[in-house]
Amino acid sequence: MAFFEGQNMTGGYGGADIITSCNIDVNKGEIVAILGPNGAGKSTAMKAMLGLLNLKNGVVKIDGKDISNLSPQDRVKEGISFVPQTRNVFTGLTVRENLEMGAFLRNEKIDKVIKEIYDLFPILEEKKSQLVGELSGGQRQQVALGRALMIKPSVLMLDEPTAGVSPIVMDELFDHILKVKQTNVAILMVEQNAKQALSISDRGYVLVTGENKFSGTGEELLNDPEVRRSFLGA
Amino acid sequence: MDFLNALILLLNYIVVPALSYGSQLALGAIFVTLIYGILRFANFATGDMMSFGTMFAVLLTWYFQSLGISLGVLPTALLTIPFAIIMMILYMLTIDKFVFSYYRIKKSPPVQLAMVSIGVMFVTQAIVRIIIGPFDRRFFDGERFIIKANEFKEMTGLNEGLSIKSTQVLTIIITIIVVSILFWFLNKTKTGKSMRAYSDNEDLALLSGIDPKRVVMITWMIAGILATIGGVLYGLDKSFKPFTYFNNMLPIFAAAIVGGIGNPFGAFLGGYVIAFSEIFLTYAYKKFFTYVLPESMEPDSLIQLLSTDYKFAVSFSILVIVLLFRPSGIFKGKVL
Repeated sequence: MAFFEGQNMTGGYGGADIITSCNIDVNKGEIVAILGPNGAGKSTAMKAMLGLLNLKNGVVKIDGKDISNLSPQDRVKEGISFVPQTRNVFTGLTVRENLEMGAFLRNEKIDKVIKEIYDLFPILEEKKSQLVGELSGGQRQQVALGRALMIKPSVLMLDEPTAGVSPIVMDELFDHILKVKQTNVAILMVEQNAKQALSISDRGYVLVTGENKFSGTGEELLNDPEVRRSFLGA
Repeated sequence: MDFLNALILLLNYIVVPALSYGSQLALGAIFVTLIYGILRFANFATGDMMSFGTMFAVLLTWYFQSLGISLGVLPTALLTIPFAIIMMILYMLTIDKFVFSYYRIKKSPPVQLAMVSIGVMFVTQAIVRIIIGPFDRRFFDGERFIIKANEFKEMTGLNEGLSIKSTQVLTIIITIIVVSILFWFLNKTKTGKSMRAYSDNEDLALLSGIDPKRVVMITWMIAGILATIGGVLYGLDKSFKPFTYFNNMLPIFAAAIVGGIGNPFGAFLGGYVIAFSEIFLTYAYKKFFTYVLPESMEPDSLIQLLSTDYKFAVSFSILVIVLLFRPSGIFKGKVL
């Protein structure tokens, strides 16, 4: 049994079901990518696991504990952290304040955790008193990652972390995500840049019209002729 | 030519009054901007909420006076401010619970909430008029002047007197203290930062575990403090008349918008921008030019750009100009 898993998830935003019988799981120290064409329900599957939409069917478990009925805020307390695709930083706050807000639920001294985040993303220490709204796209993504890591999550979910950043920044971000993986966090990410995402992922799921179509290790998926033809475009 | 007398004249009739009037506007403008930044609507009940809080200060001042309690040279009303603040906050939280929270939970558009606040405005106005009436009330006691005009003339031997009212000095000092505490709170405390975070990005604030109910409650509490103190200071300096408070809403909104709505520091400075503009444009400069220009060039007319009756036109014009050319306010900087 995996550390964090969504089993048999079915649901949508009120109208038709966007995901049907979708299964996703991730273990600690593992990066799992959710891939698929536009409208396949990738983000929806992730949001279902975060509790942002009501499931008609299926359960979400962390460490064997059923959290299907918890609100997103309560899931944060269970150690699940989420980085949205857009508006994922407080632009009017400084870098340090962003990190402090990430640790809002922690009552102990957070200086030590902030130090750890600075070690992971050295640029943030340099810019700690600057408003996040004045940072570049890549730096903002680091702030967003840092904010999410402040609760010391056991699961980190990333919704298209590389959307809208340049290829160079994208490589840099993937490096950062690999560093986060080494801290024994379970990482689940939705990605458009499938090839690059699979190259750093341990496993991947390909969703099509809300259902699991393929799954396997990054390498298997990259080499699967059917996946390549229908989806990777090569 | 007599520059010193001209300078004293300007100090006496423009700078000192504008500083105290500006402070009163600043407190109201920060109130508007906080509600706008966090609850996301323009609160048209601002002026009347200020008169509601002031009403309690007036009533309690009369009560304290009847008991023989006073602060000596300082106005008794200062003693009543904490009690008036408590009543104001209770009123705001009640209104929020029974009126605003319904629309907030429904996620109504800001325009709808602004309309609702107009309803709250009428109700508040009615309550104030039922309790204390629409008349002009003076509740100042204690020492009126710190420096009287003729004392100043005797001291310095100048023709022009400088009079400084105790209420003007009190207004400026109390405003500086209140605003400093507020900025310290917003920038240095965890709760203050969480309010700024909520104002900046509500969804992410929720994902970070910030409790929206608590943020809303604290916002109203701060609003209650600002509204009551601003209202009492204005009432002490001039007089308490509910209709005047309603009228003050225009310069207060102008100040908040000039400063960039949602930006408390901008609102604070905006208060002074509006106050100085109003007084600069409506002051009659005849005497000033008599001092400054040689005798042959002395003006015959009053040299007044606008009659004081038009002082609201000044705030309104500033409002329109700012909205046309710098809709995000004239001060750059962080929101909330």
